[in-house]
Amino acid sequence: MAFLQTRAELYQTIRLFFAEKNVLEVETPVLSAAASCDLNLESFSTMCVADQLMYLQTSPEFAMKRLLAAGSGSIYQIAKSFRQSERGRFHNPEFTLLEWYRVGFSLPDLMEEMVELLMLCFGQNLAFRTVTYQQIVQQLTGLNPHRATLSELMEYAANQGHPEAVTICDGKLSNGLDYVFSQYVQPKLKKEIVYFVTDYPECMAMLSKLSGTQPVTANRFEVYFNNVELANGYEELTDAVEQKKRFQDELTERQQVGLANVPMDENLLAALAHGLPDCSGVALGLDRLLMLMTDAKSIDDVLTFPIDRA
Amino acid sequence: MATYSTNDFKSGLKIMLDNAPCTIVENEFVRPGKGPAFSRVRIRNLKTGRVIDRTFKSGETVDAADVMEKEMSYLYNDGEFWHFMDDETFEQVSGDATAVGDAAKWIKDQDKCTVTLWNGEPILVAAPNFVELEVTDTDPGLKGDTSGGGGKPATLETGAVVRIPLFVQIGEMIKVDTRTGEYSARVKS
Repeated sequence: MAFLQTRAELYQTIRLFFAEKNVLEVETPVLSAAASCDLNLESFSTMCVADQLMYLQTSPEFAMKRLLAAGSGSIYQIAKSFRQSERGRFHNPEFTLLEWYRVGFSLPDLMEEMVELLMLCFGQNLAFRTVTYQQIVQQLTGLNPHRATLSELMEYAANQGHPEAVTICDGKLSNGLDYVFSQYVQPKLKKEIVYFVTDYPECMAMLSKLSGTQPVTANRFEVYFNNVELANGYEELTDAVEQKKRFQDELTERQQVGLANVPMDENLLAALAHGLPDCSGVALGLDRLLMLMTDAKSIDDVLTFPIDRA
Repeated sequence: MATYSTNDFKSGLKIMLDNAPCTIVENEFVRPGKGPAFSRVRIRNLKTGRVIDRTFKSGETVDAADVMEKEMSYLYNDGEFWHFMDDETFEQVSGDATAVGDAAKWIKDQDKCTVTLWNGEPILVAAPNFVELEVTDTDPGLKGDTSGGGGKPATLETGAVVRIPLFVQIGEMIKVDTRTGEYSARVKS
């Protein structure tokens, strides 16, 4: 039962942290008429009324961006999120995200705030290291992620004893990069150091802005601590036209691999067209954070009732 | 043939991989960043004992391996095969040197062994954790030496060679831990 206490204290810490910074706590709907178009995210769906499918959010991102466009200013939310078929030591299909958006913040500003929050949560000083995606991948695998082709990545995986990587990556470069990172980079990161991995390859931009540099990189970061992926932050894409194009590309890919078609979030696109202020935002997995704070071996240890007993 | 999807993976599950029966040692669900979900699995080949790491696309299926473990009594060795019997059904099976492996140097008649059967054929034999065997050959130790230090090599009735304390003599029974191959105690007759 000790973990109940820890979670309650963590939420208090978070609420106090943001209250002092005048970041507003918000609550947005968990059910939406739109779904995430992402090829690798499977939304739960349910019938709201006959013939009207509604989707459970995979993160509160879309709704929170609509608030930002409506002029909410900086906001945060502790939100239940849902992803089908995700179950394991670090996954439960229903989980909790802390997501926050800072108007006028650059990515370095947001990373600094993340450092501040993490030290507060752990109640101690932590060692931090910021590395670019290219630096860390090249250092640990010798591959240049901005230049490597999918077949080069798959050849590397095969040489490491995993020729089956080809079937997992579905001919998609970003999948290949994700596979290589999670197999050969993430497990080799030094424990006890909080890593901020920045400047992702263009094909992994998701909902982030692109840099104007060469090679073009995505303005986003991920946080890794004790080999666990903890958070994912973006300098948010504000261009409605570009966002719609990315959604459409994702839907085309879903069709190509035979996944169900899902409605893209037209409300989000309308909000972006109306104008999203320049901002940076990040989602932090609170269950995983609790795991690290309590040295838990499994996410089940920090959940009241994991999915098998829910 | 039954199949398992990656969702069924858990340690101890017996699956077919590269035409060999294997058991899952460890299974971890991985979903990198926003990438494709897969399972990172540590697998032991039951025939060779080799452990390898493999990844499987989420939802991928593999054939189940018809593998079971049975307590069986060792009967005899005919020079080529080792014969075992199920004490309840009296069903007999025989395994070759590859299947019996190291167990061969520890077992004697009526020992209860754990036999792993694949499609009914033994592929792995584990000797009991402790066996009692007679010392058939060893140097006579110094009289009065009761310390355990040093020790000397001894040949046992099955042909196995282990290090024993100096005070143990030919004709005495000793207890051996088959997992480490080490002398454990002298058996008072």
